[in-house]
Amino acid sequence: MAKYYWNEYQKTIADDKYFYERSCIRQTFFPGSETAFLRIVREELGKDIYDEMNQHTCTGIGYHADVVPLETTMTVVARLFSLMKDAGYTNYVPSCVTSFGVFSEMVEIWNHQPETLEKTRDYLRKATGREFDIPLNLVHPSDIIYKYRFELKDKMKYALVNRFTGKPLQVVEHIGCHYAKIFPEKGVGKAEFPHVLAGMIEAWGGEVVDYPERRHCCGFGFRHYLLQSNRGYSIANTKKKFESMEPFEPDFIVANCPGCTMFMDKWQYTIAEMEHKTYDKDGYGIPVLTYEEMAGLLLGYNPWELGLQLHQVQSEILLDKIGIPYDPKEKYKAADGRILPKPERPNNLLV
Amino acid sequence: MSNFGFNISNTRVISMDECNMGNVERLHLEVPSFKRCISCGACSATCSAHQFTDFNIRKLHNLYRRGQYAGLQEELKACMLCGKCTLVCPRGVNLRSMIINMRKILYEANKR
Ligand code: SF4
Ligand code: SF4
Repeated sequence: MAKYYWNEYQKTIADDKYFYERSCIRQTFFPGSETAFLRIVREELGKDIYDEMNQHTCTGIGYHADVVPLETTMTVVARLFSLMKDAGYTNYVPSCVTSFGVFSEMVEIWNHQPETLEKTRDYLRKATGREFDIPLNLVHPSDIIYKYRFELKDKMKYALVNRFTGKPLQVVEHIGCHYAKIFPEKGVGKAEFPHVLAGMIEAWGGEVVDYPERRHCCGFGFRHYLLQSNRGYSIANTKKKFESMEPFEPDFIVANCPGCTMFMDKWQYTIAEMEHKTYDKDGYGIPVLTYEEMAGLLLGYNPWELGLQLHQVQSEILLDKIGIPYDPKEKYKAADGRILPKPERPNNLLV
Repeated sequence: MSNFGFNISNTRVISMDECNMGNVERLHLEVPSFKRCISCGACSATCSAHQFTDFNIRKLHNLYRRGQYAGLQEELKACMLCGKCTLVCPRGVNLRSMIINMRKILYEANKR
């Protein structure tokens, strides 16, 4: 039944010539993901994607925390769009789900209020002397991977199957709230049945876990997290999700939003420290991957080049289940060949 | 335990699986008008006990309705059974009878 609904809500995803905008935080927390995405689009799919050097924040975190006013966000977004115009592209692809939500919101406001659009053009002109166009197609990178999931499947070396049991891996998918909960029609499958990650998992051999708190927030929530004294609310949401998925024994979690990936990964450490609790059987936690990392692994990319060692929850158990080879000696090898010091071990979460 | 400067907030979700809803069903049988409550709070607003103490009848019958009985028996003792709340209730809930029956049912339940 659910599959039937998902099929109804599709959106237009441009098939080539993308302008890529990077995320502020992903390159720190999941540094291999964006590179993997560019590699997949260019090398596996043979598409043209432009990686602009002069880009900057979309103000998302500041905007949602009420420290950046709307007019400022609009002008900053307008500058990003002006970079796309200069590069000669019309299909905008922001790496971050928050940015995707911010852009969708600004475009929606401009479409409803032409006078605000003119005002923004004026602000941008005064501040930078630049001009911008609204993108013809605005999609999230996960939309592009979703669109080409079957083409990618043909190139994959591995599948989401447990090689010891022959059964599909049990995968929790988590969609960033700003992907489809703000503008449902801008997400594949809308807000209630977003199919963007489920489609990848199913196409690549895995099984999606449908647990009660599947659509609950990851716990990031911007202003809920920014003050240390408020973080108890943030982590309580993440804990609620983990408690709800625990009985289904998921093999890993995949998310399409920087905040969700980070919080569901790092809070597992915090919960383990505070309450001596992990949500897998053996005390290692549940690995949380980005969709680019999931695709990259199945395509046979080196797990350490994808940056899996920089996650809080380590993924060797998962790699063994899928049958992906890795060299433990290379785990902390830098690009220049140096072996980096090993990170400190957590007290309770096993690594 | 490491000190993170915050604690994990307790969830405010009530797990209905863990509540004994039998007491609620009994009250529905004894005082059918209890079902009509819209939680407007007129009863608490008019209550003399509420003017001078923390006693809050709307809170208490809401907790009862949700199967949250901890401490209710003791708190309900503050009601003087004057019946002012029954007079003002816009939904015609027989509050006085409801309170007497809540006390009775909780007394029997806690005796067991
Ligand atoms: S006055 Fe009546 S309807 Fe309003 S909260 Fe009290 S019992 Fe319920
Ligand atoms: S009967 Fe009890 S609850 Fe109602 S007004 Fe009187 S003291 Fe308050």
